[in-house]
Amino acid sequence: MSDNTQKLPVARKTEAWGSRVGLVLAMAGNAVGFGNFLRFPVQAVQNGGGAFIIPYLVSLVILGLPLLLIEWSSGRYGGQFGHHSTPFIMHSLGRQRIWKYVGVFGIFCNVAIAAYYCYIESWTMSYVYHSFIGSFDGLNQHQIAGFFSDYLDVTTSTTGIPFEAIIFFVMCLALNTWILSKGLSGGVERTAKIGVPLLIAFGIFLAWKGISLKAGHNGAVLSGSAGLNFLWTPNYDSLLNPKVWLAAAGQIFFTLSVGMGSIQCYASYLKKDEDIACNAMSAGFMNEFVEVVLGGAIVIPIAIGYLGVDRVVDLTGLGGLGLAFRTMPFLFEQWGGVVSAVAGVAFFGLLFFAGITSSLAMGTPIMAFFQDEFKWRRQTSAVAFGLIILILGLPTVFFFQYGVFDEYDYWAGTVSLFVFAMFESVLFAWFFGLKKGWAEINRGADIKIPIIFRYLLQYVTPVVLIVVFVTSLIRPENDDWSKVSFTSWPLHAESIIGKVIHKEGTANPEYFAETYQSELSGTVDSTWMSGNRYFIQVIPEGRDEEFAQTTILGADGKLLVKTGDHIDQAQVIYQGSVINKIFYVDMSRLLLLIVFLGIAWLVHIAYQREHKQKKY
Amino acid sequence: MNTGALITIAATWAIVIGFAGYFFFKVLKGDQHKNSDEKM
Repeated sequence: MSDNTQKLPVARKTEAWGSRVGLVLAMAGNAVGFGNFLRFPVQAVQNGGGAFIIPYLVSLVILGLPLLLIEWSSGRYGGQFGHHSTPFIMHSLGRQRIWKYVGVFGIFCNVAIAAYYCYIESWTMSYVYHSFIGSFDGLNQHQIAGFFSDYLDVTTSTTGIPFEAIIFFVMCLALNTWILSKGLSGGVERTAKIGVPLLIAFGIFLAWKGISLKAGHNGAVLSGSAGLNFLWTPNYDSLLNPKVWLAAAGQIFFTLSVGMGSIQCYASYLKKDEDIACNAMSAGFMNEFVEVVLGGAIVIPIAIGYLGVDRVVDLTGLGGLGLAFRTMPFLFEQWGGVVSAVAGVAFFGLLFFAGITSSLAMGTPIMAFFQDEFKWRRQTSAVAFGLIILILGLPTVFFFQYGVFDEYDYWAGTVSLFVFAMFESVLFAWFFGLKKGWAEINRGADIKIPIIFRYLLQYVTPVVLIVVFVTSLIRPENDDWSKVSFTSWPLHAESIIGKVIHKEGTANPEYFAETYQSELSGTVDSTWMSGNRYFIQVIPEGRDEEFAQTTILGADGKLLVKTGDHIDQAQVIYQGSVINKIFYVDMSRLLLLIVFLGIAWLVHIAYQREHKQKKY
Repeated sequence: MNTGALITIAATWAIVIGFAGYFFFKVLKGDQHKNSDEKM
């Protein structure tokens, strides 16, 4: 044992898991999220269908499973010294002071992701309610897509309740706060024991409905097997495309919820000799079952059954969330009567349970940090979590249309996860040391982990993560590496550096302006005025109304276009004072940076306090 | 369904369901042992 760890005393008696099954279900619930049902099928469709599964499974072995072992074992190790959040768990693994600041990512990711994740969770709550009361009855596809747009515009109400999106968001946060205040065993574990089996049951019901879909019945144009065919027919040429391998690695990464700090937190409540190897594999493969078997058999087969292959490929451009909230309620309506209501409740119910078991896992490390380092009571910590997420989440609610939600998702939900996972694998393999690390993984293990994983942990996983991170940093335009050189390196708009310098470009590059230029070329579908604001709906060139984008501008200016006009990108369509999207984007980045630095400051204070008490 | 899709789906589902079932069974068994040890 290292010197620093000998100086770390057990702080006090903390909470514990009630049962091993409860722990595994909570860990599986943490991993199972919206991505299992919405992101995986879209990624598979866009990256070679059945052949996607080969890089996916390879990524699971070289990236996913090793990271699970690292996070479970480092969590259990840190928990022995009374710490349950990553800054101090990482500090117990590495002697250098810097590691506790790297561990800030493990709180930051949870705070920032929970802020927008709980918002999506609140949509699922709302859609369960709307499916149950029959809000979608008799609506056509365009109207159901419009229903979602109205929901996101907080000033429009779909139920007559003012500010409905905010009310559901607050209700969702209140529920999370209440469950977290009940503690690990009485709140989180109990929810997982109810939520995970229920979501699997809902998933099996919907998968059966999807697979058994028959062409000609209830308006279906293709049978369910056509969707499975499409999703699982291998296109081996795609295996030569590095983009497919990166997409598979990304999917494995997000689906297992690694790089967040929540797995370490849950594992830190285990006793020193309790198994982690078998538990980690069980939770990990339960997540894979939900993703590959259930996730692949619901959205795509049902959507293809009613809309056909070409249309669904087109719709995947809207992303998984677009498919779920704009399209699926319409498809369930085709089943008619009670079945459509049951299917809607089951689908959004399973998304809700997938969401809440994940958001509780995000709340636990934040609470643990307050409880461990500042000696706050459990209830106080839970309320603090609720308030922090409410304050940080409201910008994503109010300014969703201005890209705030996407910024949170990119910086906290994508980049930070990779950075944190890269550092933790380097810490575990090269600083804590694989000799101790391997012994830690195998202590109390109910299964024998194959020795190959020792080499994967030591060399492959950290190196792959470093390569993926560097690639993401300097990804070239169109992912064409043949066109880059030291003198010319055109960056991809989605590369990290490209994002920082706003490479995606915008027709409105200033924060404040006196005119507004169209962001895209297309046809004005409609314009209307509501609540002292202009709404301009534009159908992008070569797309249909499903892809219409709405721009909102103040009614004190002058609108220069009307319905039916064709507009070009960068054409001035409005004259009057405007706060452009780039302002909201930069402000959300600044907010995230302040949150990160604020957490780092709290970690510093906590360290200083404990240092004075000679704990270190 | 075409043969390629059928083989891919069968192989993938077998791997995933097999491992998920095997590990969860071991966890359940471990919990039962723990409970019986605690009773003793």
